[in-house]
Amino acid sequence: MRARDTRGEAFVAGAFIISIVAALGLAVVYIAGGQTQLEGVFLFLALGGIGVGLVAWAKRFMPAGEETEERGRLESTEEEVAAFTADFEAGERLLGRRSLLVKLAVGAFGALGLALLFPVRSLGPRPGRGLKTTAYAQGPIRVVTEDGRFVRPAELAEGGLATVWPEGHRASAEAPTLLLRVDERELDLPDDKMEGTVDGIVAYSKLCTHTGCPVGLYQQAEKLLLCPCHQSTFDVLDGARPVFGPAARPLPQLPLGVDDEGYLIATGDFDGPVGGGFWDRER
Amino acid sequence: MTARRRRPHRPRTPLTRSTARWLDNRLGAAGFARKALDKVFPDHWSFYLGEIALWSFVVLLLTGVYLTMFFEASTQEVVYRGSYEALRGVEMSKAYESALDLSFEVRAGLVMRQIHHWAALVFVAATTVHLARVFFTGAFRRPRELNWMVGVTLLILAIVEGFAGYSLVDDQLSGTGLRIAYNIAISIPVAGTWLASLFFGGEFPGDQTINRLFVIHILLLPAVIATVIGVHLAILVRQKHTQFPGPGRREDNVVGERVWPTFAAKGLGMFFLTGAVLSLLGGVFQINPIWLYGPYRPADVSSASQPDWYMGWLDGALRLMPNWEIRAWGFEIPNPFFPGVLLPGITFTLLFLWPFLEARFTKDREPHHLLDRPRDRPLRTALGVSTMTFYTVLFFAGASDVLAITFDLSVNRVFLILRVLLFGLPPLSGWLAFRLCKELQVWDRPGASEEATVPGVRAPTSGEEVRREIAPEDEREEPASAGVPRR
Repeated sequence: MRARDTRGEAFVAGAFIISIVAALGLAVVYIAGGQTQLEGVFLFLALGGIGVGLVAWAKRFMPAGEETEERGRLESTEEEVAAFTADFEAGERLLGRRSLLVKLAVGAFGALGLALLFPVRSLGPRPGRGLKTTAYAQGPIRVVTEDGRFVRPAELAEGGLATVWPEGHRASAEAPTLLLRVDERELDLPDDKMEGTVDGIVAYSKLCTHTGCPVGLYQQAEKLLLCPCHQSTFDVLDGARPVFGPAARPLPQLPLGVDDEGYLIATGDFDGPVGGGFWDRER
Repeated sequence: MTARRRRPHRPRTPLTRSTARWLDNRLGAAGFARKALDKVFPDHWSFYLGEIALWSFVVLLLTGVYLTMFFEASTQEVVYRGSYEALRGVEMSKAYESALDLSFEVRAGLVMRQIHHWAALVFVAATTVHLARVFFTGAFRRPRELNWMVGVTLLILAIVEGFAGYSLVDDQLSGTGLRIAYNIAISIPVAGTWLASLFFGGEFPGDQTINRLFVIHILLLPAVIATVIGVHLAILVRQKHTQFPGPGRREDNVVGERVWPTFAAKGLGMFFLTGAVLSLLGGVFQINPIWLYGPYRPADVSSASQPDWYMGWLDGALRLMPNWEIRAWGFEIPNPFFPGVLLPGITFTLLFLWPFLEARFTKDREPHHLLDRPRDRPLRTALGVSTMTFYTVLFFAGASDVLAITFDLSVNRVFLILRVLLFGLPPLSGWLAFRLCKELQVWDRPGASEEATVPGVRAPTSGEEVRREIAPEDEREEPASAGVPRR
């Protein structure tokens, strides 16, 4: 028994000593310039030494779980409830005698609450048409690559793909556009959409119609665009129709043209709102 | 000689005693404090799960305050000039730059950030496992329905707080997550675009977003969570902890160890142990290496973009949902609404209501302070297991692209398999859990012989056992309610 006690105490003491040494080590590591892994390990030992010491101490030398306590009753006695009710109702009667004041006070609280809701309106603008239009809407506008260059149709080889923005809006989160060059004969678009292509170059919004992730993966052989977020897949040749995954609508198409200097331009906005859907998208 | 020179002996009271006396003279706290010291807590390993969550939250506060000293919630564009070579000269937001700086330039900054991130993962994990413990042992029954709901509220708050936290950094991964969150927000019928505009301060990404998330993450939600934890614990103290049945343990008593000194030592020890494990994780196991993701560019995304684990089930639901939408009269309910808003809405509503649903189903509205062993409530256990299976499949669906690469399958095939599993596994796992409970019940019975555990041999051995098997629910009523104090 005695020997066991001594060993138990030595264990707890050892844990605390490890903690002290590790804490000093932690300080030394910090002073020496810091090192993430060592900091983590020393902090582990310093905290863990105290933790193990305390728990072992409790388990070996403190009264174990045989104490008993009565739960007592949670709910109040009927007398207590009755006494409370009597007191409360006495106050209520006092208030009720001035019923006009009660009504006005309630009205005042309500009015104030309502008035205080208005500043919430300052948090953001009315959603309006912003969700339905992009910077392309301002009319014929050149497209630019990420490093700011204009694009000539010939620069995009067949099977090629480029991400472009409307000129002057390269940071725009709503306007990234995919230029894809495919074999013109394979493109299966209605005539009016066909007009928006240039020599087999077709432009689609890069934002997935599911939750707006950039549709960044292109399976060139199958002419499929794949969204890495939720794996929606769009058929480039068929107007970016969704063929797999949770997206329900095609990627909006951007009508393309060529200006006098031979650069690719957008002749108008996308043929629908870009990104994920919303309640009045079609309104 | 020397004795005469000494001043008359006055026993000196230690400083702690005199401080306690000083306080008691002003507050009269001795009676209350003694009650607190003598309070009895039942002891069981599973009762420490909630404590791990609590201590993780404390670690989150401590490391979080430190990080706040260095983080700048600003979308202002800057050019990186720090010590991480690969990003030098890259344009980025001040928020991302300051997150890099506190990782690379601030001594002990990286270990703090990684402990913080690990603590967040463990906080939600411990909360979830604690919730499962409370569910499977029936600790949510009267009078604890209230605290169950407070606990579910904490789980929701913890998830939102975690998401707000890792979205602050403005790296490629967090920006992608925020964009998805924005699109889920605008998918809400009628009010969605308004809610999104008010929250983001306009259209995504909006220059207000990071700042608002910051206020929410470091001020609003921590204060709310701390308060709700306080309420959770206050109710726990008031109602006294549940206990497992055992010798001397009745509905009307609490058997365990007193706060002073045993429970206090173990509880404090738990804090240090939780901190120790989180420190080891934060020091040695890299988490959220933001420098590899690069700054957020709205037109970029990396494949294998997975959120933190507690968002995985939502991401999986977004993936597995068929591409259905509702469109009529020019209005629409877009696809993300169903997995992104409706599913969590139903999930948490059912969680909130569970104590009342079960009470209605079992007609058991008596107070319970003795816990169930999961095996003794096979139906509840089966339901819990099957529900957890459902969300686990969704969690794995959140990594469908990774699964496709790992197992060299097409994404289409992975989706098909996951959809089958989503609806096939829950009934199967529930049935297995139910059978297992039944077998364990037989195992438990005094004098259960070896062959009694073999299905088919058991039935003919005694009619009594067969009866038990058919109606265990009714049978449990009697011993459970026998000790309940009645007015």
